[in-house]
Amino acid sequence: MKILTANRLIDGEAVWLAPDYSWSETIDVAEVARDKDAEARLEAVGAEAIRRNRVVDVNLVDVELVDGAIVPIRLRERIRAAGPTNRLDLGKQARPGAASAV
Amino acid sequence: MYRYDEFDHAFVAARVAEFRDQAGRRLSGELTEDQFKPLRLMNGVYLQLHAYMLRIAVPYGTLSSKQLRMLAHIARTYDKGYGHFTTRQNIQFNWPALKDIPDILEELASVEMHAIQTSGNCIRNVTADHFAGAAADEIADPRPYAEILRQWSSVHPEFSYLPRKFKIAVTGAERDRAAIQTHDIGLHVKKSADGRLGFAVYVGGGQGRTPMVAKKIRDFLPEADLLFYTTAILRVYNLHGRRDNKYKARIKILVHETGAEELTRQVEAEFAALKASGEDLKLPQADIRAIDRYFAPPELTERAEGWGAVAAERKLDAGFDAWLRRNVVEHRNPDYASVTISLKGIGEVPGDATDAQMDAVADIAEKYAFDELRVSHEQNLILPHVARADLKAVFDALVAIGLATPNAGLVTDIIACPGLDYCALANARSISVAQEISTRFGSQEKQEEIGDLKIKISGCINACGHHHVGHIGILGVEKKGTELYQITLGGSADENTSIGEIVGRGFAADEITNAIETVVETYLAHRAGRDEDFLAAYRRLGAAPFKEALYGSEARAA
Repeated sequence: MKILTANRLIDGEAVWLAPDYSWSETIDVAEVARDKDAEARLEAVGAEAIRRNRVVDVNLVDVELVDGAIVPIRLRERIRAAGPTNRLDLGKQARPGAASAV
Repeated sequence: MYRYDEFDHAFVAARVAEFRDQAGRRLSGELTEDQFKPLRLMNGVYLQLHAYMLRIAVPYGTLSSKQLRMLAHIARTYDKGYGHFTTRQNIQFNWPALKDIPDILEELASVEMHAIQTSGNCIRNVTADHFAGAAADEIADPRPYAEILRQWSSVHPEFSYLPRKFKIAVTGAERDRAAIQTHDIGLHVKKSADGRLGFAVYVGGGQGRTPMVAKKIRDFLPEADLLFYTTAILRVYNLHGRRDNKYKARIKILVHETGAEELTRQVEAEFAALKASGEDLKLPQADIRAIDRYFAPPELTERAEGWGAVAAERKLDAGFDAWLRRNVVEHRNPDYASVTISLKGIGEVPGDATDAQMDAVADIAEKYAFDELRVSHEQNLILPHVARADLKAVFDALVAIGLATPNAGLVTDIIACPGLDYCALANARSISVAQEISTRFGSQEKQEEIGDLKIKISGCINACGHHHVGHIGILGVEKKGTELYQITLGGSADENTSIGEIVGRGFAADEITNAIETVVETYLAHRAGRDEDFLAAYRRLGAAPFKEALYGSEARAA
């Protein structure tokens, strides 16, 4: 399973592509691609968002579902989705109810 | 310290305007990311895991109170209330929005600062001994030469697109606190037998995936020839450096592949040709001395009362006594001292300071330290000139802001790169490892029992945390999706620079602190006495007892 992530051009905020093709600031609503066709669709949307200067550094990342929640396989992506592990008051994890990376 | 002249002001203002235009064109879509990326990098703007990162130059680590207050203001206004001081004596902000960066640069320009050439394949911020101008063992202040090199290298048309980045460090003391042998060019200020100033020149040092100790290619270069010689080195590098492979593009690889002797011959030939060519690179004495005047030490009045005051106060305050032992060093004027402000509180993030701390340190520097500060490559702040009579007041003021940890040079004075918590290149976390080790060894008594020990941690092979030259180095890698930490021992970045040796297989994140404790306990068990520090003991003992302690029978089998 994969999701599409990027950084927003204007401020660098880490974002994830949602089912309505908007860019979400949190990973929990990311659209999950479960096959190659779905991955290709996400990549096409990402390419268009780059062309329209909405985002930069677009990448597909591997995820799994843990108790229904989207969790990246790699620690790097878990930290992107949550924030620095040494400062739980920074990044997405600082939002009410958000989870930390570790 | 150096003050911008009319040219400097106009130059930096023009660059701010240029970047404002470039950022605006990027945001409007006129520039693609591929077009914009090299432009933003030339202005210190990276894209990291969570956001953009802005790296601001602190030339040769020298700051005024006004400049530090501006950094506090930027942290508070445009970022998240803190900044991170780096191993290149710079500062990084981890959360600025691209749309705000032109405004940040404009604010920086108002206090004579910028972010030019803090990234890209160009000559980076020239670094220097953080005790420059104050050290008791100094031959000459290295900063005038660093400033000359800064002016010469800023948007140098020939050297703005080198095969790879290029780093220069200068020291003016016998004891190397600027790690010159790990730089592309290292300059050691010397005085000839007849009293002339000049440099021993080292070339081809570096860390990263292929660590190398620089080779000395000149015993004495007269100061007037500095730009002739550095131009000659850069020309040889620019011509022959490997542009086909970024991992082999640093000058250290050229030195290694060409051989130091042949490279020296090429540099000397280019140097001779340049001097014969009539190219106007000779540094006139009058110009050097004019730059010198910017770095003239403050007028240090006699403050002999400090000796008695300090002796009395240290008896009454054990914390002050420990701080004097570790964070205060001799100044060339006996009534004064240089102070290390540790940014390594126990269990805290190496190199981080809050906006409030930066403001408070600026106040302290203004009141007690002639308005001057330094950033050390070991990620601490320095007050170079403090009267001994004022040390207790400085200490008390630092206690009030949580920056009086008496650990300079001890096991908890750890260098760590941002690692996987921030950096897009990292494979493993560094900060969390540093915090855990710091907490484990946090007892002052234990730290002082261990003595001088430099631990340096990098979160990837690029070695921004200088692990290769740590007495104990830790390199984080990713193996099968998890963090793994490799230990090196015996590295050093002083006048006897050495690259640490890998001691064996790596350790998992939850094992590394125990492993470091094993290394330290092995040292304590084997040292000849308290006078034999970790590095000396390692050089005497070799790796065997440490391997035995870490790996037991596994080490014996190997």
